Amino acid sequence: MTASSEFHIELKDVHKNFGPKKVLDGINLQVKRGHSMVVIGGSGTGKSVMLKCIIGLMTPTSGSICLDGQEVGHLPQHERDGLMRKFGMLFQGAALFDSLPVWENVAFRLIQGAGMDRDEAREKAQEKLRQVGLSPEVMDLSPNELSGGMQKRVGLARAIAADPEIIFFDEPTTGLDPIMADVINDLIVDCVKRLGATAISITHDMASARKIGDDAAMIHKGKIIWNGDVANIDHSGNEYVDQFIHGRAEGPIQMDILKA
Amino acid sequence: MNPLAIIGQFILGFFEETGRLSIFTRDAVRHIVLPPIYFRLIFAQMVKIGYNSLPVVGLTAFFTGGVLALQIYIGGSRFNAESLVSSIVALGITRELGPVMAGLMVAGRVSAGLAAEIGTMRVTEQIDALRTLSTNPFKYLVVPRLLAATITMPFLVLIADILGIMGGYIVGTKSLGFNGAVYIRNSVDFIEFNDVASGLIKAAVFGFIIALMGCYHGYQSKGGAQGVGRATTNAVVSASILILAANYALTSLLFS
Repeated sequence: MTASSEFHIELKDVHKNFGPKKVLDGINLQVKRGHSMVVIGGSGTGKSVMLKCIIGLMTPTSGSICLDGQEVGHLPQHERDGLMRKFGMLFQGAALFDSLPVWENVAFRLIQGAGMDRDEAREKAQEKLRQVGLSPEVMDLSPNELSGGMQKRVGLARAIAADPEIIFFDEPTTGLDPIMADVINDLIVDCVKRLGATAISITHDMASARKIGDDAAMIHKGKIIWNGDVANIDHSGNEYVDQFIHGRAEGPIQMDILKA
Repeated sequence: MNPLAIIGQFILGFFEETGRLSIFTRDAVRHIVLPPIYFRLIFAQMVKIGYNSLPVVGLTAFFTGGVLALQIYIGGSRFNAESLVSSIVALGITRELGPVMAGLMVAGRVSAGLAAEIGTMRVTEQIDALRTLSTNPFKYLVVPRLLAATITMPFLVLIADILGIMGGYIVGTKSLGFNGAVYIRNSVDFIEFNDVASGLIKAAVFGFIIALMGCYHGYQSKGGAQGVGRATTNAVVSASILILAANYALTSLLFS
């Protein structure tokens, strides 16, 4: 595939309103092919909404979203859904289908989307589960018999099962202990490298951001307020970023807390 | 608060909900005919929605038939019309009580279950996950449930008809002293094909309503456990009311 644009994913002045509430207020963001971008920012700043607009689960109110230079933000629903095969997404709560055993979760797209034979899909699922460090014994378990960390790993296996070009990670380490978080970080780096995919991760875990990101962007009140190499994040010269990465309550970002 | 504003808000809310439901129904029906069709899932749902509802529907119909026989006997004896028990039980069950009682019982069992299941899938992002895996949630979740309920409800009601009449027969012969052969003779002679058929048509419509309300409220639910709880309640209440309303409309349509 030839890239017709320098950027794999490009957002220009993307707005998203829910009624009177402006969640995204003019997002501009570029991600190069094969790069891993981490988007940091506090809770409720619009990170998840941005991801859902890019992947097509939500339609932006206005603005342009381009994949390989092709405008996709305002395509009709069925054409938009046709682009889904380019994407893989790891959801915050893993979002595994609890009515299906682990292996069918992983092979879901292969069976439902690509119409692959069930035996073949099962083998493929086993291989992907091994890639995320899970033994074949978990294949026939139900997702709710697994621990949080294992569920995340199954979610990761499901996201990469059909070898997507673009992978999204929605708070991949939230709710995990620090060791399991690091295991997940390693797996993400490994999977993204192996596929050569473009990745966007949203997180507020700085250790994770440093590990899985090439580039970083910070989102605040629906705008990207800083954007650069993840290695430069410690001397960004931006007070908002400084406050966020050091986790200080005092600074330019004011939480909506009533002072006693 | 301004009382006019409250009325206005209520009316706007009503139309908004009606519009949303209409769009949902249109999408669901459109996806019934468009491929791909997941036969495996339709079959699984037929077992869950139809077959598993058998005990509840059967018991309800049996006792309804029994109590109907008792009441008609008591009422009928005032006009010396006890002999009509068997025919009125048969007519009442097949035309009215079979479909309506089965509909209400299945609404309680199935609408609630569907709303809770799909609602939980919504709030845990499983429905979003389906879409990212190139699978249309309408086709995968809504269509199999709608079809399964619409197809299995007439069978359930047919069984309810039989068990209801049997309930009346047992009460009639064991406690009211009717002769078994005469009782059956009277039931069979009085029932016409249309009595049963109209009940089965109603049943199919009720099945559609039950699954539609369960899926719709589940699909729209938001806000965690409380949202799912609200969706479940709304599904059962709206399915029950719509069944009763549709029952009236269908009866006046089918018997006019």
